[in-house]
Amino acid sequence: MAREMMYGDAIAAAIVGEMQRDPNVIFYGQNMAMTERDPMLKKFGKERVRIAPISETAEIGIGIGAAMTGLRPIVELWMSEFMLVAFDQVINEAPRLRYMSGGQVSVPLVLKAGFGFCAGWAGQHSNCIYHTMMGIPGLKVVVPSTSADAKGLMAAAIRDDNPVVYLHSYMLTLDKGEVPDGEYVVPLGVADIKNPGTDVTIVAIGWMVKKALAAAERLAAENISAEVVDPRTLAPLDVTTIVNSVKKTGRVVLVDQAPRHSSAAAVIAGEIAEHAIGSFDALRMVTALDTPIPYSEPLENYVVPNEDKIVEAVKSVLAQKAVAA
Amino acid sequence: MSRKARTSNTRKAKTDSDQLRWMYTQMVRIREFEEAVKCTFIEHAGLIRGHSHLGDGAEASIVGALSTRRETDIVMPSYRCHGYPIVLGTPLGKIMAEVFGRRDGMCHGFGGSMHLADPSRYFPGTSGIIGQGIAHATGAALSAQVKRGGQIVYCFFGDGASKQGAFFESLNMAAVWKLPIVYVLENNQYQAYTHFSLEDANAVAGEPLSKKARAFSIPGATVDGTDPLAVQRVVAKAAHRARTGDGPSLIETKFYRLSAHGNVITVPPLPTQFPEHEAVAVYGNRKEFERWKAKDPVKRFRARLLKNRVLTEASAQRIDAAARAEVQDAVQFALASPLPAPEEALEYVYA
Repeated sequence: MAREMMYGDAIAAAIVGEMQRDPNVIFYGQNMAMTERDPMLKKFGKERVRIAPISETAEIGIGIGAAMTGLRPIVELWMSEFMLVAFDQVINEAPRLRYMSGGQVSVPLVLKAGFGFCAGWAGQHSNCIYHTMMGIPGLKVVVPSTSADAKGLMAAAIRDDNPVVYLHSYMLTLDKGEVPDGEYVVPLGVADIKNPGTDVTIVAIGWMVKKALAAAERLAAENISAEVVDPRTLAPLDVTTIVNSVKKTGRVVLVDQAPRHSSAAAVIAGEIAEHAIGSFDALRMVTALDTPIPYSEPLENYVVPNEDKIVEAVKSVLAQKAVAA
Repeated sequence: MSRKARTSNTRKAKTDSDQLRWMYTQMVRIREFEEAVKCTFIEHAGLIRGHSHLGDGAEASIVGALSTRRETDIVMPSYRCHGYPIVLGTPLGKIMAEVFGRRDGMCHGFGGSMHLADPSRYFPGTSGIIGQGIAHATGAALSAQVKRGGQIVYCFFGDGASKQGAFFESLNMAAVWKLPIVYVLENNQYQAYTHFSLEDANAVAGEPLSKKARAFSIPGATVDGTDPLAVQRVVAKAAHRARTGDGPSLIETKFYRLSAHGNVITVPPLPTQFPEHEAVAVYGNRKEFERWKAKDPVKRFRARLLKNRVLTEASAQRIDAAARAEVQDAVQFALASPLPAPEEALEYVYA
């Protein structure tokens, strides 16, 4: 059985499901569970659902210590940029402790945060910082693009024995999609072909998957068949699925809401270059422009990728002469 | 006095002397271990890589605090961490082998001196970034609270760490959540190379560092960290408070680090070596160093136990000799242990 659910609600459903399943799962963050009326608090009690002060270093560090000693904390961070206040804990503590201990401890921790809030939040609350984290061995990075993935990947993140940064796109919060009822787990590290196609591969992340699917629909009307691949997990990255698609279509457009040189697209381009060389003719990256995110709407729209830019990029790679054998 | 009362008093006295002997033994084992590490820099130049931080001078603080510990209580020290697993019972050979980067090290050579861990003995690990481990220890206390197993956490960190945001944020949250944790601020007087009077607001005002506790409305106390029994008394109170659900305390144990912050930072192929203490090497203040050396906690405790007849010279010598032999065996074990195979580097990245 499945039902239609909003992306944001699907995440919450996964958290509730996992907390029912495993008493070691706890959930805390700023400005949550503030009154006795809070449904999570009612369900799970104030031992397991807590309100935290504005202290990201301690919130994340405490999550790490609790994870090292048997709990499975989910830390609600609200906005991914707030992690920057505590980046030592995210980058240099959580993913290192297991390795440094020679495998004796594990850190089953979920850091949940929204990202890329392009709704007039300006320079410090609208960014995509996953590139910084996807290259950190020991850390997993998850970016769901649909309601079903939002639920399944959250369940998998909570069950994973490693620190997982779970980044949900704020722009998708109210989007509806079919979500399987009950236990539903999407394995980490497995990409999903969101739309099969033959002429061109579009690899897109988070909110950009929605844009890429809209672009693919427009292109279909012009008899261009675009395959949309959603990595879903940036670390570990499912290079095989991406490379196989590129080998099949021979042309690729990488769509990423992050600025070019701090995009996941740049990393994926490197993998394609190495693993699919000789089997593709053209590659383009459609990323945010190299500016901070501006406040005013026309400025913001100009900087961030959109359907038009994706369609234009697809046409340009298709126009490029074939070089591959 | 009734016969029964006399018997139980005698038994208590025996237990007390047993514990005092245990405490002295642990202090000597730590001292001998750290001396052996230092010797390695001379006898096997280049064998110890990176940065090693010794705990000589901290023995009374470590042992006094841990003497109040119960079997399943969690211990979370800083990167200056050799002493704690010694007291917890990790075989010294495994600790030394880790410092030497060997496969039989407690972390199979993946952590080294700064990152010892022995979760089987309730020592989950350390952070090498000053102050950050305070948050991890606080998280361990959250586990203890949620699991209701009666555990408490002993969190050790230096005076330098008490200026990190992690310190302030963690103590605030521990106080808000009434977490079962004892924060032991080991004031060894030097934050790496900088004397604490140059970087601590309480010190600048001529006040003890434990005053920081007032910011969190929790008990704070400063104690002579060269006296294990004084440390024991104060920490026991804080441990009781943690155990009974009243939350955290901050104890400043004031002592003096007897070795330099760490070995000299050298660039290969120059071998690493141990410099003189900062008081001498940086500040040219040999007098200060000598004054504190005269208060050496191990020597003072030995003299005290001899005076109180808990130890005789012969029994003290037996303890000293046993510790020396144990450490020498540990060095031999570590030297004989193989280096890890290069491809082992790929293990343990993910669980």
